[in-house]
Parts: sequence; C-alpha cells; structure tokens
Amino acid sequence: MNVTSKLLLSTTALLLAGAIPAAAAWQPQKPIEFVATAGPGGGTDNLARAVQNIITKYKLTDQPVVVVNKGGGSGAEGYVYAKASAGDPYKVIFGTSNAWQQPLVSKVAFNYTDLTPIAAMAQDEFLLWVKQDAPYKTAGDFLKAAAATEFKVGGAQSKDTDEVLTRMIEKAARVKFTYIPFKSGAEVAVQLAGGHIDAHVNNPSESLGQWRGSTQRPLCAFSPKRLPQGPKVTATEGWSDVPTCVEQGLAISQYEQPRTVWLPGKVSPEQAAFYVDLMKKVQATPEWKDYIEKTSQVNTFLTGAALDDFIKQDLEHVKQVAGEQGWLVK
Amino acid sequence: MENLQSLLHGFTIAITVPHLTLMVIGVLLGILVGVLPGLGAPNGVSLLLPLTFGMQPVSAIILLSSMYWGALFGGSVTSILFNIPGEPSSVATTFDGYPMARDGRPTTALATAFGSAAFGALVGVILITFLASWVAQVALAFGPPEYFAVYFLAFASFVGMGGAAPIKTVVALAIGFAIAAIGIDTVSGSVRLTMGIDELVKGVSFVVAVMGLFGIGELLIAVEEEFQARAVSSRVDWKEVFRALGRLPRHGIALLRSAAIGCWMGITPGGPTAASFMSYGIAKRFSRNGARFGTGEAEGIVAPETADHAAGTSALLPMLSLGIPGSATAAVMMGGLMIWGLNPGPMLFVDQKDFVWGLIASMYVGNIVAVVLVLLTVPVFAALMRIPFAVIAPLIVIICVVGAYSVSNSYLDVVLMLGFGVVGYLFKKLHYPLAPLVLAIVIGDKAEDAFRQAMLMSKGSLGIFFANRLVTTLVLAAMALLLLPLALHVVRLLRKPDEAAHEKVRII
Repeated sequence: MNVTSKLLLSTTALLLAGAIPAAAAWQPQKPIEFVATAGPGGGTDNLARAVQNIITKYKLTDQPVVVVNKGGGSGAEGYVYAKASAGDPYKVIFGTSNAWQQPLVSKVAFNYTDLTPIAAMAQDEFLLWVKQDAPYKTAGDFLKAAAATEFKVGGAQSKDTDEVLTRMIEKAARVKFTYIPFKSGAEVAVQLAGGHIDAHVNNPSESLGQWRGSTQRPLCAFSPKRLPQGPKVTATEGWSDVPTCVEQGLAISQYEQPRTVWLPGKVSPEQAAFYVDLMKKVQATPEWKDYIEKTSQVNTFLTGAALDDFIKQDLEHVKQVAGEQGWLVK
Repeated sequence: MENLQSLLHGFTIAITVPHLTLMVIGVLLGILVGVLPGLGAPNGVSLLLPLTFGMQPVSAIILLSSMYWGALFGGSVTSILFNIPGEPSSVATTFDGYPMARDGRPTTALATAFGSAAFGALVGVILITFLASWVAQVALAFGPPEYFAVYFLAFASFVGMGGAAPIKTVVALAIGFAIAAIGIDTVSGSVRLTMGIDELVKGVSFVVAVMGLFGIGELLIAVEEEFQARAVSSRVDWKEVFRALGRLPRHGIALLRSAAIGCWMGITPGGPTAASFMSYGIAKRFSRNGARFGTGEAEGIVAPETADHAAGTSALLPMLSLGIPGSATAAVMMGGLMIWGLNPGPMLFVDQKDFVWGLIASMYVGNIVAVVLVLLTVPVFAALMRIPFAVIAPLIVIICVVGAYSVSNSYLDVVLMLGFGVVGYLFKKLHYPLAPLVLAIVIGDKAEDAFRQAMLMSKGSLGIFFANRLVTTLVLAAMALLLLPLALHVVRLLRKPDEAAHEKVRII
C-alpha cells in the first residue's frame, strides 16, 4: 500500500467517523479477539458477531477478528478474563451494564474500573408484559390487581437488570411481587406463554416472536417517550403503539440496558482511540442499521465523558435499589 | 393431511442440487468437528455462522443443521473408539461402545451406533412432521415444578438401577451435584464454591470433566493393567457393517422404547443428555441381557444412541416454535435465525412456511445423507484401533489437553481436566460408578434451579409437585422407578428367604 492510498484511506475514515482527534496512529498488528460476555445466541453474542461481520465485510482493519464466548458466571468469566489481560489491546470485551452492576451485588473478582470503556453502542428497552388472555388492558389495571394478590414476575438472572426493574416497580406502585429468576429472557417468555408466571419485563427482541404469535402482549414501555415507529409487529400494532409506563400512571420514566464495549485496563489512549473510531465506522454502515432494526434496539453512541457520566448515574441508581433490597456486598 | 402436503412442498425445496451439495458439505464438516478434539457441534456451527449471512435463510439452516447431524454422528466415534465423549449426550454410548471396540469389534460398535442413531432421528422427524402443533402445546405446559419432575425422573431411572452398591451411586451423585454448584448461582446471584480461584466463577465445563474422567482415567487404568497388549486387531470388513445393521431389528423393542423416551425427553425440556442416560438405565433394567450391560452389549449401544438422536431431532421443534433452544447448538442456530431476520416463535410456522417445511424435509434427507457418509467412514475409523497403544496413548492425552484448553482458552481447564483424570482413575479402582457423577454434573444445576424456582413459586410448599396431573404423574413415575428395585428385593426376600439372603451377600 503506497502513501497516497494510505492517506486517502485515513481521510475516508475521518469522513466516516466525523471529527475525531488525529490519534488514529495506532494500528493493530495481530488478530483481534472479541470476547462476548454471554453464551452463543444471546443478545451480547449477537452484537459481537454483527460487529465482526461488518468489520470483515468492509475490511475496516487489516487484521482478522475472532469472537470467543466467555459467558460463564452471568458474564463474570469474560470480565475476569479482561482484568487478567490488562495492557493487551487485542482483546475487545462486549457486555452490558452488568460490568458495573455485578460487582455491586456479588463477590466477583473484577470491577468496571479494571476496564477501559470504549463505547455504549445500542440501548435495549424494557417493557412490561402479560399473558395474551390476561384481563388487564393497561398497566394501571395490572397494578390494581397486583395490590390484591402477590403476582409472580419472572426475569433473567438474579439481582441483575430485570430484578432491579421489578423491585423499582414494586416501590413505585407500592405492591409486592414474587420474583423468579430464570437463565435467559427467552426462557422467561416461554414461562409466561405457559401461564407459569404473571408478568415479566423482557426486552423487545426477547418477546417479539411471542407477541406476534399472540401468546403475550406488552402493557407499557419504560421509556421517556414512545418507542420509534417500525414495521407492525402484529396485524394492528407495532412498537410505537405501546404506551409509555408514565402515560399509564407507573412513574418509571426511563430504564434501559446499554450494550457496552470495553478494552482491558492499562491500554494507551491511542489504542483506545483506534477502537472508538472503529466502532464509529461500524455504526455508519447500513448493515448496522439493519441489525438495530431487526433486534428492535435503539441506536446510540456514547463514549468518553458522556459514557462515564452515564455509568456513574446508572451506578448511583442501582446502588440505591440494591441498598434498599440488602443486596450490596461488602 | 395438510402437514403432508406442506412436507411434500418442503421436499421440492430441500431436494435441489445446491441444497443437496450443501448437505454433503455440512455433514462432512460436521463429522470432522465431531471427531476432532475440542471442537464439537456448537463451536463448529458458530464458526460457520458468519458465512451464512449472505445466504437464503432456508439454505443457511440446511447447511447448519446438516453440520449438526454430522457432528452428532462424529461425536459417537470418539466415544466408542477412545472412551472420550465429545458431547454430553454421547457419554452413555461409551458404557458399552468402548468395551465392544476394545474387544476387537469396533466396526460392529460403530455400525450399530450409527444405525440406531439414524432410526432415532427418523422417528424424531416423523414426530415433528405430524405432531408439530400439538408438541408445541405440550412444551408450554412445563413450568419449574414440571422441569424438576422431568430431571428427577432421569435421575431416578438411573439411580435405582445400580450395578454398583447403591450407597456408592449416591456418593457419586452428591459429588456431581457439588461440582455442578460451582460458579454463579442463578437463583441467588451469588458466587459459590470457587475456593478463592477467580476463574472458577464460570463453573466447571462438562467437556473438561468428561475428558478427564473418561479419557485420562481410562488411560491411567490401561497403563497400569496391560501396557503392551492394547492394540486391537480388526480387519477392515465391509460385510460386518451390513451384518451389524442387519442385526438391529433383533433389538426392535429396545429401538422403539428408546425412540419413545428420546422423543418424550426432546419435546419436554429434558434434552438429549437426560434422554440417553434414562434410556440406557431403563434398557439395563428391562433387557434380558441387562446383567451384561457395560461389557460390550449391542443393546447398550442401541438404547442411548437411539434416544440421543430422537431427542436431538425433536428438540429442534421447541426452538422453532417457542424460541427455547434445547441444546447449545440449537442456541447458536437460534442466534442465526435472528440475524437472518426470522423470529423463532409461534408465528414462524405461519409466516415462514417455506423455511420451516424446507428445514423439516431437509432433516429427512440430511439424516439419510449423514448416515450413508458416516457408514462409509466406519472401516477407516475402525482401522484407527489397529494403531499400537504406545502411539494412541500420547494421542489421547493430546486430544484431552487440546480439547480442555479450547473450551475457553484457559490453562485452569487443563489442570482441572487432569485432576478429573485422577478422580476417574480412583472411581474405577474403588468401583464407584462414573455415570451418576456425570449425569449430576450435566443436569444437576438445572434440576437445582428448577426445584428452587418451584419453591419460590409455592412459597416453600412441596405441594406444588402434586398440583396438577402432569407433574403428579411425572413425580409418581420417578418414585416408582426409584423404589422398584427395593420393592422387588423385598418381595423376593419374603418369598424365598434363603435365596434372597444369598443374593444380598452378593450385592454387598
């Protein structure tokens, strides 16, 4: 590759990525490992593989990219691995907010401060779901009934995002639920379809097929405004037809799960800048838009100070809920 | 008959030159990853997944599912030849497959395994074809108490059976449960039994445990017992392949029973592993040759293989119709479905008729392709047994080390695997059974989760296990299987005190 074409390439990169500091000096010299902190087939794994696919297709780096799954211990396996790889810029970790939430509530051998944050690339929304033939038309109906009997609410994992949100609903609506943890959102959706639980707070993609198949329906979305208009999910309704929970008198205006990208700790700012730039390029492709739409997520890009602020805010919030529930580990 | 029409339509999609080519490629790749150390079907399918992004969804799923069939067949090869099960579901195949191969009959063992596997798969597909909508409804009836009851049934069918002293079986089970508990607990979210080793938070992988227990454990025994004489003379004998297949109908009852168990465990969430163990346990109890199980009985190969494949095939149905993957491989394929723009769930059968029926038709054709290809390889694999032990032994160590390492690129796993090797050796020397240990490692944590979820639901009342007809039947069946040997023993004791006393001495 001659100098001119290199120059051209970096100009294109600059154009693609918008204004970035001239720090693209560092380039990877060997294969890059994408570590998905979830098992094959889950949301985090899908993100890592989608990004890998886009990078390969557009040749965004000369080096090959491989995806490995380290999803043991609800993702802790991947983060512990990242911590042990401090200073290695060839390991990119894909996770969620569990990077800072998990160390709060269980004795895992890492903290998010052991990692270098790169970006939050997508936000998964949460909705309140009930069985299709349940008598409740609105979140208000549901909560009124919940005040009379103790409902069983299912969720993925224990003391994680789903349970935090469930406890927030309890507090906001002054009701009491029995929370039942399962392995994954997909499993929870099937349990609701079978009528073994009364409700759950799945992400859109986790219950999309079930909603289309009329086994369950969303009552409201935990979002400040209605979800973006997309293609209709059922014959008559799409995501934008679901009211927000605030509209229905459940005062939780925002709750979402970011999909996060990290490097191990102790990498240089140039190395981090390379990956921020790389993820920006990925996000500018039509394949990325396609991925976001198919998985019903919301596109976002937080990095640098904005990401730090987001983490701090979320951390404060989770700390409060975890403190009230007595989950905090010393 | 609407299903039959849809199926015929599916065949017109599946039987085209490009799709048949994809099947052959998929099956061959599958056999390769099934046989090679540490790869296995889930890894193979995830490696292939990115290549399918540009394909038609139906072509992509045909390629991936063919690879799955190939890997399932390939996984039995190492179980039989080297006592190293590549997948949890082929552990039970080692019990009689390996002794038979060691006995100089590797061709018979492989052909019997492949033949019964093909039969099981066929029954599974037929079930999917005709009962798809009914089956989906059955699976929905399973909540935590029902899940627990199914696992309990699997344990019960194995535990009461014995072979070893019952107390030793219980000890093996208990150790297995303890190992399954290592890592993060789903229900409380806390870290358990990591003993200060941070990496153990991920839990102990099944592959690591089994490679050590079976592969290394067996090797240590072999080294100790008969260091030189382990090479087996086996002629490359094509006729024996057909003779072994011809003998299969003699095990008709075992075939049908195992296929039924497999289908049942496949649609209920028990899965292929529980199915193969349960089928082996029940076959051992009810077969005329039950006492000879474990020494290279053909029926001891037929039972787990048939059930494994029947369950593996019918487990694809809950994945498509409900979005719950029945196995690790199914989970990867489900990720693929989402990327191809399809949503697993009840509407898939309505919205994507071509896709669903193309896939079902390809299961018929793909399994036939797979069994033909894999039977062609039998003499080649059987010839491996002629390699002298001095060459094979280091090779087995390499397979186990590479396999353990590649599970999650971790040295700790290699150390654990070697540790399990010593445990396997001690178990053999002290006559503790390995099977209950493995079963507890594989489904122990699932059974525990289900039990505790059920307890949360009922606020601690055991009544939830008798709350409806389904769960009551399952629990009672499990109890019956558990207590049957004891009851028979008591009856015999009452009838002929002398003989029973004599037998008692023998058991102890």
